Amino acid sequence: MMHTPTSPGRRRFLRRSATGGALLIGMSAGGVLAAPALPGAQDDFTPHALIRIARDGSVTLISKQPEIGQGIKTSLPMVIAEELDVAWRQVRIVQGDLNPAAYGGQGAGGSTSTPTNYDNFRRLGAAARAMLVQAAAQRWSVAPGECSTDNGAVLHAPSKRRIAYGALVEAASKLALPDAAGVTLKDPASFKLLGTRVGGVDNGAIVAGKPLFGIDVQVPGMLHAVYAKCPVFGGKPVSANLDAVRALPGVKDAFIVEGTANLNGLRPGVAIVATSTWAAIRARRALVVEWDEGVGATHSWAAFAAQARAAAPQAGTSVMRQDGDVGKALAGAAKTVEAAYSYPFISHASMEPQNCTAWHKPDGSLELWAPTQNPGAGQALVTSTFGIPKEKITLHIIRSGGGFGRRLSSDFIVEASAIAQRVKAPVKLTWTREDDLQHDHFRPGGFHFLRGGVDADGRAVAWHNHFVTFANRVERDGQSILQPGSGGNLSGDEFPGRWLANCRLEQTALECRVPMGPWRAPGSCVFAWVFHSFIDELAHAAGRDPLAFRLELLGDQDLMPGTGERGQPYAVARMRAVLQTAADKAGWGKKQFARGQGQGIAFHFSHRGYVAQVAEVTVSKDGKVKVDRVVVATDIGPQIVNLSGAENQVEGSVIDALSTLMFPELNIENGRVVQSNFHDYPLLRIGDAPGRIEMHFVKSDHPVTGLGEPALPPLAPAVCNAIFAATGKRVRELPLSKTDLSWS
Amino acid sequence: MSKITLNVNGKSQAVDVEPDTPLLWALRDTLGLVGTKFGCGLGQCGACTVHLDGVATRSCVLPVSAIGKQKITTIEGLDPNGRHPLQQAWIELDVPQCGYCQSGQIMSACSLLKQHPKPTDAQIDEAMAGNLCRCATYMRIRKGIHRAAEIAATPAAKGKP
Repeated sequence: MMHTPTSPGRRRFLRRSATGGALLIGMSAGGVLAAPALPGAQDDFTPHALIRIARDGSVTLISKQPEIGQGIKTSLPMVIAEELDVAWRQVRIVQGDLNPAAYGGQGAGGSTSTPTNYDNFRRLGAAARAMLVQAAAQRWSVAPGECSTDNGAVLHAPSKRRIAYGALVEAASKLALPDAAGVTLKDPASFKLLGTRVGGVDNGAIVAGKPLFGIDVQVPGMLHAVYAKCPVFGGKPVSANLDAVRALPGVKDAFIVEGTANLNGLRPGVAIVATSTWAAIRARRALVVEWDEGVGATHSWAAFAAQARAAAPQAGTSVMRQDGDVGKALAGAAKTVEAAYSYPFISHASMEPQNCTAWHKPDGSLELWAPTQNPGAGQALVTSTFGIPKEKITLHIIRSGGGFGRRLSSDFIVEASAIAQRVKAPVKLTWTREDDLQHDHFRPGGFHFLRGGVDADGRAVAWHNHFVTFANRVERDGQSILQPGSGGNLSGDEFPGRWLANCRLEQTALECRVPMGPWRAPGSCVFAWVFHSFIDELAHAAGRDPLAFRLELLGDQDLMPGTGERGQPYAVARMRAVLQTAADKAGWGKKQFARGQGQGIAFHFSHRGYVAQVAEVTVSKDGKVKVDRVVVATDIGPQIVNLSGAENQVEGSVIDALSTLMFPELNIENGRVVQSNFHDYPLLRIGDAPGRIEMHFVKSDHPVTGLGEPALPPLAPAVCNAIFAATGKRVRELPLSKTDLSWS
Repeated sequence: MSKITLNVNGKSQAVDVEPDTPLLWALRDTLGLVGTKFGCGLGQCGACTVHLDGVATRSCVLPVSAIGKQKITTIEGLDPNGRHPLQQAWIELDVPQCGYCQSGQIMSACSLLKQHPKPTDAQIDEAMAGNLCRCATYMRIRKGIHRAAEIAATPAAKGKP
């Protein structure tokens, strides 16, 4: 992990810094991107590629993960700064390019950035601090153990001496790195920075409108492109009026890109390259394409729903869990419930539409500026699509205007790369909102056909779920297989699988050409809604309090071991703790609600995080829902890294989940998406935000983990269970507008 | 193409674009002022909000030929030192997540504060209804506007232009 000052890692790092200034030439003057990537002298103290301390004491830390709004560019460097023991105001954060050899993994997905880096980053900071302490101790001829550090200086209390890190740069640079595993870490009780509220490091640039996002990239001589794909999934262009388009004002070129059959790769289309974004968009209005729509043209949501209903009574094509005898248990149950739940395909709809700037140079190298969550995969897709070797690709990771999983895909990167190879000039590809909504890698829609039973004592005794999901046909190791969309694959361990003696979880995948991809908390974002709504149905059928029913279902054990290939252990005690905390703080069972108002509760484990929520809603007589209050209890380990960032992620997750529950829906007709922009694909606006969101971070002695996703899944079932408490109406189809919630 | 003169952030600037070019793209591609964002191109999301003679306007649906002598203010020109009370409040409360929509949010909020220096939550919700935030920073946008109103009401801030 660590490099000695003369290691290859350090040489790479110095080479990078020598060229860093040139990489970003052309970004607008005064903008954040205009700064050289790594200002500093060769004789700075650089104990690791991520850390640089200059002689004036200034500290530069590289943020290696992509920043997509999850706050990682602020929070992870805080971890190094804490152990390095420098004042945050001394620290400058610079976004690193893709360079896994020097930095390690650089993706931003699955809420993994914090858990995979937290311990390493502490050790990095502590190792650098140990070297500075050793340098000071040598200078003073004292034992390192007699020295301490504070705010970027080493102290020797017995002699009341103090020396700033900047003055130790030369001496520290000559020292060997201590073994990272053996360095002494701070006692978390003495943390000064971690756990406090620290504002985002780019906030100043954001509020001043400085160039910062992928779409803001400007390179001298840059052209602008749009890319028209077939409205039907999997279709391709046969011919187009390219000559007519080329003659339009500002247009430099128009051409067909053949693309590949990979629905998540370079989709076929027509590129228009122009002197400005508007010239390209304008010319596209005159573009006439003859499309080969392919078999995708038969797709419609109505047909999918009919296929799902037909599949429901049949056995699933795969069985995720088969415990006991569900049929027998249901036959012997005191009460049974049967229900069908469904949710549509939806788009990610990040505010910044997909874009990428690419420059294919005469020497065959390719320089990319990409707002991506997954830069390594982007580079790999470029290599596999075009044969451009990895060494010839430079990828600058640029801040993304929202991710939500969309930018784990790299389609926009290969599109820009394809266009750049023909254009021979820097070119920025910008998707329109219509492109973004209609050519997303969508969250799969889904259908769940559930049966459950409770015994005479009101305990759950049987659970059967036939999940009908969607899959694309893909080639894998020379074989053609059906690959369920990301988040469209049920784990046999999904709660309450493992908890009930009689449980059958089975799945049928409908083949389609709709491109699918991970959407914030994949799978969990909808499974939690279905399962905790249905658990509520069982609780009510049993005449039980929904909290008591859930606590009993969870049981008394501390840990439920994982089963099967995808199984993972479930810390039941942690879930009980957050569930009880949310209930207590919300005053569960202690409040009286008028008709039309109510409380609902739900919990979910995902991405290493344990989260429970209680929602309070008011439903007007005409069926309009207002969420008055949400109480969130979260256990993501012993330490919140950045409290402001954590609160932002919880509030954002809660409202994102509420928005997705209430509004968006993509209809598919004749193989194409019906909706096109925010007028017919509404998202939640400020007036529908909850009245209050209360957050409680329950601490536990487990590894520190991330918060980009786990607070999202429990919101939808908590709200729908509250709606049921308020109105007696059960929401079984998303979005909310599908269900008449009026009451009298 | 035709030369059109725009008054942007107090400066007269000539742009050589098609007359139907939305102000958004003239700002971003021609003048290099990229603080104003492209979100939808239909006036639905508010990411492109600028001021036209002080009034919040969606620049993605406003052709440059329709602007005439009206004064355009973008996020870059909101305050000479980037210390507008809204900018201060946004940093103090760490409002942004991804940050993409925030210049538009701030421009709409600024228009609101001109009309209602001490807005209620209901006034905020009404004035900000045209600005989407996909990260859903709405709780902090509300707080940020209240805080900016407070900052603007302090004697030091009142002396500012």
